[in-house]
Amino acid sequence: MPITYTSGEQVEVYRFNWPITIGVPATALFLQAWLPRHFSFFAMLDLPLLVTIFFGISRRNPVSGLLTGGVIGVFQDALTSLPIGINGIAKTVVGYGASSLGVKLDVENAGARLLVTLVFCVAHKIVYFMVARGLVNLSMQWSWPHELWAAFINAIVGVFLFFALDRFKQRT
Amino acid sequence: MESVLGRYKNLIVLVCVLFAQVLGLAVQVKRTTDTESSRLIRIWAVDSVTPFEKALNWIHNSSWNVWHNYFYLRGVRAENRGLKAEIERLRLQQVRLNEDAAQARRLQALFAFKEQFISQTRPAQVIGSSGSEQSRVIYIDKGESDGLKPDMAVITVDGIVGKVLKVFHSTSQILLIDDQSSGVGGILEKSRLQGIVRGTRSGEVVLEHIMSDNPVQAGEVVRTSGGDRIFPKGLPVGTVSQVGNGPDLFLTIRVRPAANLSKLEEVLVVTKLVEQEPTQLETGPVRAADILAQRLPSVPDKPPDSSKPATGEAAQPAANGAKATAASKPAKPPEAPNAANTNAANPPKSDERTPPKPQAQVVPPRKAASPNSLSVAPAATPPGGLKPATEKGPAPAPVKVADPERPTPNPKPPVTPAPNPAQDGPQ
Repeated sequence: MPITYTSGEQVEVYRFNWPITIGVPATALFLQAWLPRHFSFFAMLDLPLLVTIFFGISRRNPVSGLLTGGVIGVFQDALTSLPIGINGIAKTVVGYGASSLGVKLDVENAGARLLVTLVFCVAHKIVYFMVARGLVNLSMQWSWPHELWAAFINAIVGVFLFFALDRFKQRT
Repeated sequence: MESVLGRYKNLIVLVCVLFAQVLGLAVQVKRTTDTESSRLIRIWAVDSVTPFEKALNWIHNSSWNVWHNYFYLRGVRAENRGLKAEIERLRLQQVRLNEDAAQARRLQALFAFKEQFISQTRPAQVIGSSGSEQSRVIYIDKGESDGLKPDMAVITVDGIVGKVLKVFHSTSQILLIDDQSSGVGGILEKSRLQGIVRGTRSGEVVLEHIMSDNPVQAGEVVRTSGGDRIFPKGLPVGTVSQVGNGPDLFLTIRVRPAANLSKLEEVLVVTKLVEQEPTQLETGPVRAADILAQRLPSVPDKPPDSSKPATGEAAQPAANGAKATAASKPAKPPEAPNAANTNAANPPKSDERTPPKPQAQVVPPRKAASPNSLSVAPAATPPGGLKPATEKGPAPAPVKVADPERPTPNPKPPVTPAPNPAQDGPQ
């Protein structure tokens, strides 16, 4: 069991059974594709990213986190018209970062989760922007107010989502 | 060595995964078409998501239909009355528009215009979206098995929506016109300035490549120019909402799309376009002198016989309007065909969906044998063969209606050798 820097206590490492491991990301991908058509507000949310962060900080295993993020991102890319891999790279980095951070920090309370999600949403956008502009040459414009607002909304939703998903955790 | 690998295992895996994805991106960027591997991933992703979207869509539509068709029927009778009145009005308008369209076809044949007509469309339901602000695409429930192919135009009755980007077995990906990678040839309806309609990152639609010295007014309608070889010419794109000076001597013209792109429920995919060049055979030989003669000032029509009972006021203004329209717009191209009409190349038959009612017989202008019969039927039609267009009023003026109770006193010959603009021709 890893010991956190913040509390100095041991933190739990959780695992998930296979239906949850596949079903939750698949549901997130489906809702991300379906909801914005009916409620345009949901286009601002990135449910697959929130799921990536949740699995990352819960499992606390960097390899597992980056692979989860990579797979979710690739499938998210597959639903767009853009080349496959932009979201994949961004979510791989986020998955790795979230799981690495989960080892070091106690992210079980709401405040820590809000802050961590906010930071990783911004980080995800930055990586996405760099890949899209640098590698794929997409014409994108960076807008700090928009990105920060979107990250904040995602963080708020993330806190509630994480508490909802906590019930699927299984102690190792 | 083993200790180094064990120590940096996580980082090594991260670098390997990132490198693999960068490599995959590079391959995709280099090739314009999808590679097999990336196409396979797309197929997996789409096939795993779209069945649920279809199911939810079906549940949503079913519950909506049950509510609206069986429970929420308040005001239906009043609406029905209103719709019937609307049908009557549209019938009159249809007769007038048929005349306009027929005249436009004849004039286009004169100038040997080449036209594209929507010949066949396929209705489809929107079942999902990409869920990303960077990629404005939607998914529809029709695919390869329904005859869809990439680069087919997607429209609604309000205006254009986008084009088919990728086709899967039973679903297709549609690139909306507000996506930043889309481009549609557009033309301003009044000023006839041509540009390119593009989407922006924020989801707005702009008309580009219009020089800043051109006068463009807000509210002007933008239509497809047909230059992109995807959308037929003349379909509504949207309305100019804002005009401003942009970079490089070009105007920044924001366009409000005619179709509500954020609330799309059903769309039409144009599966077949017919490009045809009207031939002289369709119109008959027409001399330029005849056309000119028809535009000369003429003696106004005789006032209607006072002994004949008035049959309604609604039809008469429409008839006058038809003449005025025909005179003021000699070379107007045909309106964008109704998207629901799957064969717009041919003039629509009069009211195929309505129950048979007594109607005026309009002689098809294509079969007109002489310039005199460009817009009217020969007056020597046998009595009793024609009846009023509606029950409430007479047929519009360009359509000759024979009164069954009063035989024509001096029937004209069906084909007159010289044009007589004072009698029938457009003024």
